[in-house]
Amino acid sequence: MSETPMIRTVDLAQHFPIRKGLPGRPGAVVRAIDGVSIDIPRRQVVGLVGESGSGKSTFGRAVMALDPPTSGRVEFDGTDLSQLSRAALAPYRRRMQMVFQDPFSSLNPRMSVAETLGMPLRFREGGAGRSERRDRAAEMLEMVGLPRSYLDRFPHEFSGGQRQRIGIARALMTSPDFLMADEVVSALDVSVQAQVLNLFARLQREMELTMLFITHDLAVVGHVSDIVAVMYLGRIVEIAPTRALFSGPRHPYTEALLSAAPSPVPGGARKRIILEGDVPSPVNPPSGCPFRTRCPYAIAACAEDRPALAAVGPDHRSACIRTDLDLMPATGRRTEAALEGSPG
Amino acid sequence: MTAIPDTRPKMRGARFLQSRGMRRFFRHKLAVLGLAMITLIAVACIVGPWLLPHDMLDIDIRGRFSPPLTDTYLFGTDEMGRDLAARLFMAGRVSLMVGVAAMVLSTVVGTVIGLLAGHFGGALSTALMRFTDAFLCFPQIFLLLALAAFLEPDAMMITIIIALTSWMEIARIVAAEIRSLRERDFVTAARVSGASHAWIMFRELLPNAAGPIIVAATLTVARAILIEAYVSFLGYGIQPPLPSWGNMLNNAQQYLDSAPWLAIVPGVAITLAVTSFNFIGDGLRDALDARSDMP
Repeated sequence: MSETPMIRTVDLAQHFPIRKGLPGRPGAVVRAIDGVSIDIPRRQVVGLVGESGSGKSTFGRAVMALDPPTSGRVEFDGTDLSQLSRAALAPYRRRMQMVFQDPFSSLNPRMSVAETLGMPLRFREGGAGRSERRDRAAEMLEMVGLPRSYLDRFPHEFSGGQRQRIGIARALMTSPDFLMADEVVSALDVSVQAQVLNLFARLQREMELTMLFITHDLAVVGHVSDIVAVMYLGRIVEIAPTRALFSGPRHPYTEALLSAAPSPVPGGARKRIILEGDVPSPVNPPSGCPFRTRCPYAIAACAEDRPALAAVGPDHRSACIRTDLDLMPATGRRTEAALEGSPG
Repeated sequence: MTAIPDTRPKMRGARFLQSRGMRRFFRHKLAVLGLAMITLIAVACIVGPWLLPHDMLDIDIRGRFSPPLTDTYLFGTDEMGRDLAARLFMAGRVSLMVGVAAMVLSTVVGTVIGLLAGHFGGALSTALMRFTDAFLCFPQIFLLLALAAFLEPDAMMITIIIALTSWMEIARIVAAEIRSLRERDFVTAARVSGASHAWIMFRELLPNAAGPIIVAATLTVARAILIEAYVSFLGYGIQPPLPSWGNMLNNAQQYLDSAPWLAIVPGVAITLAVTSFNFIGDGLRDALDARSDMP
């Protein structure tokens, strides 16, 4: 019964050279993502979490076929996108769209809302006439909760939350199958964040979207995702259905992330795991497990082999050799409240 | 689905005049003065020759070297008794036309090269920018004089030569601007939608680089007028009997003692036109500066 996943990445790697090597000597490379294999099943939302510099956005751009990967491949509905030319990619572009982090940079300041929204329709096969584009744009504006009278306005007339809604409307113009959302709420006020997240949850249900939701905020992930993948230094360290990951993390890094989520109860009695030091440099990652330099449970064996993702439960995989650990689940009302609303 | 009335063109016009940029420009006193001065000079050059009683080629042997305000000669006459005012306004037509046409040509060339280099990057960018640097290596005046000595120097040729030696600055400005714009998310959004290179260059990137281009273009007019003046002054530019502000000065230098107005009148015209364009450029720079334009 296994359906082809909407997105499948196979050993996807993206390395950026930072110094030119001398002839015969390779230069230094940043291993932004290093061998990521995940499936995004149809109509499911995969939340990708990780701290700054973990490679989340690079992964997102590679999935959208914006940058050709160094190695590995991205399959969209069974087709390997990395092999396609710009022209051959065009029909797939219509089926995959993205929403951006910064609402102030994601809209062209010289284009009216109608032009911005109409653009994705211009480039699909056959194109769409002007009135058809306008009608569809008005429809999408209402879908994201904005009045159609905004069609002839320009980006500088809107707030961050409104711009983000316009960005979402643009992504939905072609009725895509897959939507990639990269830190879409991190630039917004907390009150607006909740509105935009609820909008995403509603749209995902109504339009049966498959989504990759990239964020650094676990509470956000708990609210919208069916599956959560945790990224550290360009690799997936744990992936599980949302509820399983929050109630029984199996990787020490996930535990640390969960414990760091703010508690709404003042002085709430709970152990907080503070990680020492910074993320190691992706130019020169540590041997063995990349997390061992900051892991409170690291043992000598951690420095030897890089642990692979291994099944630790139903649909639950973790890349840690310490399977003996009893890690602390998520606590605090915020994450639990978030879980209440989660579809998983 | 009811049709939504399109109110765009109207809104755009209003938006342009009331925009922060235009308000800032009109607060810049020298720029407004420059704009008024250029308008005045342009109007005088266009309608002046019709209003004056003398044609620029009419020779009045008895009235040679009349000082300004003699009889009907507003600015006096030259060594052949021709009306200096008529010659000045006709020369202004030539000089301003050459300046503006050279600006248009060099802006188009510079913008296209900068846009291609900035958008595509990589080897194409390297090739185009090194080509630009190569042009910058030649001292402009020598290049101009060398070209003018080989080619038949009529107004059209002078315009082309000036444009060919002044597009580099605009190319570099545009390339730098485009390189920073292409990293913006709205450009990625266009790529994700499957937009063509042409769409991205002309609809997403170029309109957002318009400010610096307009400023550079305005300053290029001033420079082109000056360049035309000195090439013509040296005798390689616009050839008599067609007058230009530059070749009027060329004649005037012999009579600097006896008839100084022959030099002063076209000299003042050049100075006013050039400084006015420079003031307008400064005003536009304040008004259209990309950093203050961001909402």
